[in-house]
Amino acid sequence: MDDSTLAQQQQKLKYYQKGTFTVGNRLVSDAERSVQASAERSNALTSGHRACQGCGEALGARYAIDAAMRATGNDLIAVNATGCLEVFTTPYPETSWQLPWLHSLFGNAAAVATGVAAAQRVKGKATRVIAQGGDGGTTDIGFQCLSGMFERNDDVLYICYDNEGYMNTGVQRSSATPPAARTATTPALGPEPGNVFGTGKFVPKIAVAHGIPYVATATVADLRDLEAKVIKAMGIRGARYIQINVPCPLGWGAPSYDTIKLARLAVECGLYPIFEAEHGRITQSRKIRRRIPVRDYLILQKRYAHLFRNGVDDPRVARLQAICDAHIEDYGLLGDDEA
Amino acid sequence: MDHDFAITLDVGTSLANHTGAWRTFRPEYVHRLPPCNAACPAGEDIQGWLSFAEAGDYEAAWRALTKNNPLPAVMGRVCYHPCETACNRAQIDAAVGVNAVERFLGDMAIAKGWAFEPPAQKSGKKVLVVGAGPAGLSAAYHLAVLGHDVNIREAGPAPGGMMRFGIPKYRLPRDVLDAEVARIAALGVRIDYNSKVSDLQATIKEGGFDAAFLAVGAHIAKRAYIPAGEATKILDAVQVLASMEGAEQPLLGRRVVVYGGGNTALDVARTAKRLGAEEAIIVYRRTREKMPAHDFELEEALEEGVMMKWLSTIKHVDAGAITVEKMKLDETGFPQPTGEFETLEADSVVLALGQDVDLSLLDGVPGLEFADGLVKVGPDMMTGATGIFAGGDMAPSERTVTVAVGHGKKAARHIDAFLRGAAYAPPPKHELAGFEHLNAWYYGEAPQTLRPTLEIARRSSTFEEVVQGLDESNALYEARRCLSCGNCFECDNCYGVCPDNAVIKLGAGQGFRFNYDFCKGCGVCEAECPCGAIAMAPEEI
Amino acid sequence: MLKQVEGSHAVAEAIALCRPEVICAYPITPQTHIVEGVGELVKSGALQNCEFINVESEFAALSVAIGASAAGARAYTATASQGLLFMAEAVYNAAGLGLPIVMTLGNRAIGAPINIWNDHSDAMSMRDAGWMQLFAENNQEAVDLHIIAFRLAEELSMPVMVCVDGFILTHAFERVDIPEQAQVDAFLPPYDPVQVLDPDNPASIGAMVGPEAFTEVRFLAHYKQRQALRLIPALSDDFAKIFGRASGGLLRAYRTEDAETIVVAMGSVVGTIKDVVDELRDEGQKIGVVTLVSYRPFPVEALRDILKTAKHVVVIEKSVSVGLGGPLADNTDGALRNLDNRPLLHSAIAGLGGRPITRASLKRLFHDAVHAPWEGPFFLDLNERVVGREIHRVRKVRRSGATAENILRQLALASHLPQE
Repeated sequence: MDDSTLAQQQQKLKYYQKGTFTVGNRLVSDAERSVQASAERSNALTSGHRACQGCGEALGARYAIDAAMRATGNDLIAVNATGCLEVFTTPYPETSWQLPWLHSLFGNAAAVATGVAAAQRVKGKATRVIAQGGDGGTTDIGFQCLSGMFERNDDVLYICYDNEGYMNTGVQRSSATPPAARTATTPALGPEPGNVFGTGKFVPKIAVAHGIPYVATATVADLRDLEAKVIKAMGIRGARYIQINVPCPLGWGAPSYDTIKLARLAVECGLYPIFEAEHGRITQSRKIRRRIPVRDYLILQKRYAHLFRNGVDDPRVARLQAICDAHIEDYGLLGDDEA
Repeated sequence: MDHDFAITLDVGTSLANHTGAWRTFRPEYVHRLPPCNAACPAGEDIQGWLSFAEAGDYEAAWRALTKNNPLPAVMGRVCYHPCETACNRAQIDAAVGVNAVERFLGDMAIAKGWAFEPPAQKSGKKVLVVGAGPAGLSAAYHLAVLGHDVNIREAGPAPGGMMRFGIPKYRLPRDVLDAEVARIAALGVRIDYNSKVSDLQATIKEGGFDAAFLAVGAHIAKRAYIPAGEATKILDAVQVLASMEGAEQPLLGRRVVVYGGGNTALDVARTAKRLGAEEAIIVYRRTREKMPAHDFELEEALEEGVMMKWLSTIKHVDAGAITVEKMKLDETGFPQPTGEFETLEADSVVLALGQDVDLSLLDGVPGLEFADGLVKVGPDMMTGATGIFAGGDMAPSERTVTVAVGHGKKAARHIDAFLRGAAYAPPPKHELAGFEHLNAWYYGEAPQTLRPTLEIARRSSTFEEVVQGLDESNALYEARRCLSCGNCFECDNCYGVCPDNAVIKLGAGQGFRFNYDFCKGCGVCEAECPCGAIAMAPEEI
Repeated sequence: MLKQVEGSHAVAEAIALCRPEVICAYPITPQTHIVEGVGELVKSGALQNCEFINVESEFAALSVAIGASAAGARAYTATASQGLLFMAEAVYNAAGLGLPIVMTLGNRAIGAPINIWNDHSDAMSMRDAGWMQLFAENNQEAVDLHIIAFRLAEELSMPVMVCVDGFILTHAFERVDIPEQAQVDAFLPPYDPVQVLDPDNPASIGAMVGPEAFTEVRFLAHYKQRQALRLIPALSDDFAKIFGRASGGLLRAYRTEDAETIVVAMGSVVGTIKDVVDELRDEGQKIGVVTLVSYRPFPVEALRDILKTAKHVVVIEKSVSVGLGGPLADNTDGALRNLDNRPLLHSAIAGLGGRPITRASLKRLFHDAVHAPWEGPFFLDLNERVVGREIHRVRKVRRSGATAENILRQLALASHLPQE
């Protein structure tokens, strides 16, 4: 076998071997490894931050921003909405960020980023801009600014770290909180315990409806997918939106070590559809690899504990399964990923 | 830059905040014992050599392999690979084809002429090895590598023992065996053929040996009493298989019945087919499930047209026919006669009922103990006689080439210690890396590569090797299916998934280190380590 | 160049001369004509190198300006009334982050009841936000103050709100001297931020500050505004040298030298007051007026120096701090605090929601201040009959309905009655 065939073979092999889903792999070239595998990664969000143990948002933010740093050659500015990510990274006198970073308010990150991007344009700079926030700062209080940024097609990548609630203020319901989930404002009490079915919104689809150049969902459980999407997004001009599922051990009532597992299961049960859309059309969905019933995902989290009392599944489990089944159908989540 | 007080902060200043103080559990990098290694009778570090093969460094892989086993090309053919039975990958799709990769490496070593590194220093000690079978060759190799002067005395005319006289060529081509023996001899091991040791004490004294390792094998066929008429042809399996090595092939006739249920029975039946028998029938008193032979060998035999007569015992042998009685299994699984009889045509009957050891060379050696026709040995493989060690089929154990090779290695280590007046203490074993320690999500689906097999038509007429080797791409693929159970393979997961950047990447081949200044002990690294190479330990507070 | 132009248009031209780099526009009466005017200049190409962004709210308008300013661009926006309230959170934030944004406030009342006309309620609502607030007396000053505001803001890294009375100034056609570009360039150097979002020199801006440093942060903001008390007059001098006319400053005194009564006021009403002062001076009364240009920082010492020799101080202001009275009067009172023989202070609330302030009413007010002084705030030209009837009615009827609508109904009934 000559070198080129061997190379081809190895290229093919990588899809079957250890490195396929891992962060890196000693067997593949540096170029084929994830950004996070690199000893030279930016660590844009570095150690010493005050996030809880196993924080999915801290992880997701480093994944995303490091990827964007690589994609832009470190020519990047981040704007941050108020929330956990802001509080745990920048309490005076210490910051964990290693890139130019601005925090203004809870609800205006998208607009502030618009301003930063406008300044780059007017000054003839190539510096790129990311806005980031949690689901509260994005889907609720920041939604108007977000929509404005979208419709003007401002050159901003907005990243929403979706942990499905207001965790910084003590786990209250947001419009991204899933049905049945217990939060401090949707307690597991009364005839309809937890968050009410039929409420909430899935902002990625609303982003798609704006017809912006790029929309994607991702999770901290699939680093390569996440990085590919961020890098792709940074290759596009105009308004872009990525929503990353970032489990919150505190808010979800799960052990700190289960953070990535929960993100993985959220996808594998169909509750959190992973897809990409360009210019108003869904172009791709990430297929479920090992499908599980939603029950297997829910039962690991105390916020759903009320669904599994007395050894009997609450009928709401079946309603959540129906939501998953609908996602699987709507987004085409079953089938071969290797098209 | 001139900053606004408090509102603006210098980047990266949080490094002053040592969040490691939050930790109640600390992650630690550990090594766990891969099930393959745990299961290998030869004590191979299978995962270790696979890791070199994965990287395409086949010579390093072969060198790592041969640290424990000098016969990879042989073993890659005849080993019943308990490693694959134990392999965790079987719970994902199918076991890693360890045996196939081993053979690939062994064959490549022969093709490329790789040689063993001779010892840097000689000990000046002399060791006698009796028998050039797998145990003897293995012991000789390890002793030679340890610097001892080794002399093998072999009763037969050629090396290999049962590898030559018991295993058919279509499973183990003789040039492969010869090449691997030659490589051991090249280390300076002297092998004397046709040199049966009949008086061990005398031989040791004459040769000035400091120790001896006995591995004469089990070459005496067990017989069963079967009433037989005149002109019946009853042979034993040892005889039949050994005579295949001679100039004259055994005459078995058109219809051959083999009596027994072990691998030897299959070998004989398949040999008979190749010698031109129209029918080769194995008569076995129990069922397929109870058969001691390996299933894959049975499958190959069935493919080649070997027929099975289950639940049957031979009651009588006449000229041209045998009488069998049907059996049924009782509630304990033991076969019981039913009184129903049947007649089968047979030109010859080959008994494959097991083998005994010829222990005559030990006559008069003081201190030896025997049991069930075997020499008793201690955990250090030493017999009751000081300085005399034994292994292989003559010692109590499972009789396989692999076990014998393992005996040889183990004995060599103890002999080496004995010669230095010390005791060999094997390093403590790590905790087993069971499947529950793995995070199987990270392994891609990859079915096992099947080794190509010779077409059926050619199998019934020739002694060409039935199972063929892997080419390089297949071998690489197969090696890369290894999960690296219990040992870091530098997948970077811990480095990537730490929300606190508390894993330091030390560079290729160096692995990782935890930065306990910042590790909060969340345990995500441990949960997401694919191979179970991280453990969480309670922090002492 | 002298021009007869609408106030808004003049301001728009002045903004353009300041070479803004990012302008955020969101319509609200009465500032709309200003951003429209700048927008035209950008769209036509007359104003180069400027991003004109149509945002979706005032909150976004100032937020975009915050981002632009933090990234080193000269940023401008304009708003009024409800718009200012909607961006309130960002107003505080821009100041807290020390961003030298300039914003025009087309002063307008705040609802409910909704009212599009002029008063100073909006400016007063943000007086503690940390912005500097400059009030224009006329359109010439509106033009000049914007030019000064950019330099002031950028020298101190602190935002400036230029308050221009809605309709009275924004929609008034007056003769205005629009400066030359070269003059503005000579006065206003390019923006050189003290800190900027820069990948080559990264920093985290907008940290969370706890009790251990928050007081110091606030003290430093106050200290900055105290510095502005010295800088504002200096810039006014500088301005006069380049543009050949006096403009800006902390305050202006008019005929106060020997005055026994001194009026204090801000914005366009001062023009009317000056006319009344002239009239009363002609009648032999010793009266003058102080025009406050800078409401924040509040020029305590400068104001006290002028007022300390007067017997009466009349504060006329277009806002009311409900439950207390006039905030300007309160602040003026603070300036007189601890003076020996301090003048009597008379507070008048006037011109709310666009009600005209007439010379006749002012004359009567100044007379009464000396001869029939009142306690607390005096609401100039209050229709006492309407108020009295409503108070009486509310007292009698539990579900009395909305006061504003009731008063309108009463006024309609009363309209055919002869005026007093």
